[in-house]
Amino acid sequence: MTAAVASGDALVRVEDLRVHFPITSGVVFQRKVGAVYAVDGLTFDVRRGETLGLVGESGCGKSTTGRAILQLIRPTAGRVLYEGSDLADLRGRRLRKQRKRMQMIFQDPYASLNSRMTVGDIIGEPLLVHRMGGKAERKTRVRELLETVGINPNTLNRYPHEFSGGQRQRIGIARALAVEPNFIVCDEPISALDVSIRAQIINLLQQLQREFGLTYLFIAHDLSVVRHISDRVAVMYLGRIVELAENAVLYGEPMHPYTQALLSAVPIPDPEAEERRRPVVLTGDVPSPVEPPSGCHFHTRCPAAREGLCDAQDPPLREVRPGRWASCHLITETDYPRIRAGEDDLAVVAGSTEGGDGP
Amino acid sequence: MGADGRALLRLTDLTVDFASQEGMVHAVDRVSFQVAPGELVGLVGESGCGKSVTAGAIIGLTGMLPNVTMSGSVEFDGRDLLTLPEAEVRAIRGRQISMIFQDPITSLNPVLSIERLMTEGLELHLGLSHADAVKRSIALLDEVGIPKAASRIKDYPHQFSGGMRQRVMIAIALSCNPRLLLADEPTTALDVTIQAQILRLLKRLSREHEAAVIVITHDLGVVAGMCRRILVMYAGRIVESGPAKALFARPHHPYTVGLLKSVPRLDEPRRDTLQTISGLPPDLAHLPPGCAFAPRCFLATDECWQAEPELASTGDGRLSACFHSASLHEAAGVVA
Repeated sequence: MTAAVASGDALVRVEDLRVHFPITSGVVFQRKVGAVYAVDGLTFDVRRGETLGLVGESGCGKSTTGRAILQLIRPTAGRVLYEGSDLADLRGRRLRKQRKRMQMIFQDPYASLNSRMTVGDIIGEPLLVHRMGGKAERKTRVRELLETVGINPNTLNRYPHEFSGGQRQRIGIARALAVEPNFIVCDEPISALDVSIRAQIINLLQQLQREFGLTYLFIAHDLSVVRHISDRVAVMYLGRIVELAENAVLYGEPMHPYTQALLSAVPIPDPEAEERRRPVVLTGDVPSPVEPPSGCHFHTRCPAAREGLCDAQDPPLREVRPGRWASCHLITETDYPRIRAGEDDLAVVAGSTEGGDGP
Repeated sequence: MGADGRALLRLTDLTVDFASQEGMVHAVDRVSFQVAPGELVGLVGESGCGKSVTAGAIIGLTGMLPNVTMSGSVEFDGRDLLTLPEAEVRAIRGRQISMIFQDPITSLNPVLSIERLMTEGLELHLGLSHADAVKRSIALLDEVGIPKAASRIKDYPHQFSGGMRQRVMIAIALSCNPRLLLADEPTTALDVTIQAQILRLLKRLSREHEAAVIVITHDLGVVAGMCRRILVMYAGRIVESGPAKALFARPHHPYTVGLLKSVPRLDEPRRDTLQTISGLPPDLAHLPPGCAFAPRCFLATDECWQAEPELASTGDGRLSACFHSASLHEAAGVVA
């Protein structure tokens, strides 16, 4: 399986990544009494120059995945290969050297900028840490970066509170760009921004990608935005990838029941279109990652789940069609479970398991 | 609905100002609209546009804030809530008008059990005995889809998930059979699949309880499938209003055009770049003299910088505050 998901031109390769946070009990002598299975066996590639969208609901482990790739959280198990070398083996100076190639843009532009530092110092700090250039060179570089992200370079002596949310996010982007990275993890970079500002930041991220040949891991819960920006999309549920495919393939014909339900629940800003739709409304909540359900993690909410199979066996992530990976027992070579809205808001499954491919 | 006497709620020139260090902040500026009994209305705008302050003025929370001055009127059933004595307002607030807040985690008191949270209003407003109030609470929890309501009523808010807490809040809001429900970003803190559940629930309950609902949100998608009529706010003013279908199909204000075009849609082909609204949201303490949207508007002319356009009829029961409403559609086509 690992070899199958891998492809020729991977910049970042994630192999069986696991992040389990221990739950401890006791004050002085802490005993481990359980674990939060935040990320539970992920394997995927991020190809050079692409944007891989990582979507899922809160608590599915998408942010933890982003942080574990950058080694901001040390993985419990698994490997993260950056251009072939395993980051989990690296410590200290050698890790820092690699980190220069990888940066992160955070969700909250209010919390992620130090309010006691000037904008110039915030953007210049990574240059200082990585010993890039002297004082004068750094200043020139900071001005250049501010200009790149669309902020007046003469504001470099100002403090973050003098800027709006959208401008702060631009400053966060300039900081990420400072050390000339190849790979950027964008963790919900627009969720905290006003609607009218979001499009500006998305366009900026795309423009920078073209200009500097960047590779993005774009983490978001907004499926419309992920569709807009991504080349390929991975859908996560409770610490695992349930489906991964090219953008048009995944959105055009989602095969995993969770992907289908997720897409049908996204509201469309058009009353006419909303009237025609019959969204599948999943019942129940996302289970706790402390005690994930047995077998397929989604079986407790899946309208197509089969007793004795889905609740008993873990479905592996496999290539169900060329270029499309999914983890579902019910996807066969010719068919997949189709869920649609029933009479009383309940999701039901289209009967046949035989028949032609595709709707 | 027209200007007939059947309006449940009628706001006339509601203005809310806050005194701040930077001078007067005009949070809400001459807002007028009506809501008919049982009507579903969407109040849409970005943060700081005055939508939540407007809701707060209706339910009487805004008036409790420091440094606030309010003018205009908020008539509920023909009585102006802004001038009514507090004792009479109290008989309406919580009973006839209730509110659902955005964040179900912070808006339920964590040290009170669900039973306490639910029965308080029932005993106070409807004068039920505690036993009857508990019985009715269990029925309500059942109605909003809380499994095993009879045993879970003893639990505390932290023992529920976000979606379940929002259901509890809806049950509390509906407990006294209100005629008007204010839902302030009711699904913003929730996941997509849970959002779909909650929106359906709200729509169904509003029908069954014959309650009017004002859904306050920044997300046009949330109101598109739910509300019949939409009000769009910008910088403290209503800039456009009308029936949902017509408004979404052919907006009459450039701000609405911008909002609709700047969000990618799942049912449309992908575009290379998103159309943006240029510039920044307005600073309410220092608004420009003319139209507040003029600095960001692709249609702005000298007139827009000098005079403020009034909210005026554009036909078909629609209103728009723009000098260029008539030529907007052609102009927007050119820009897109």
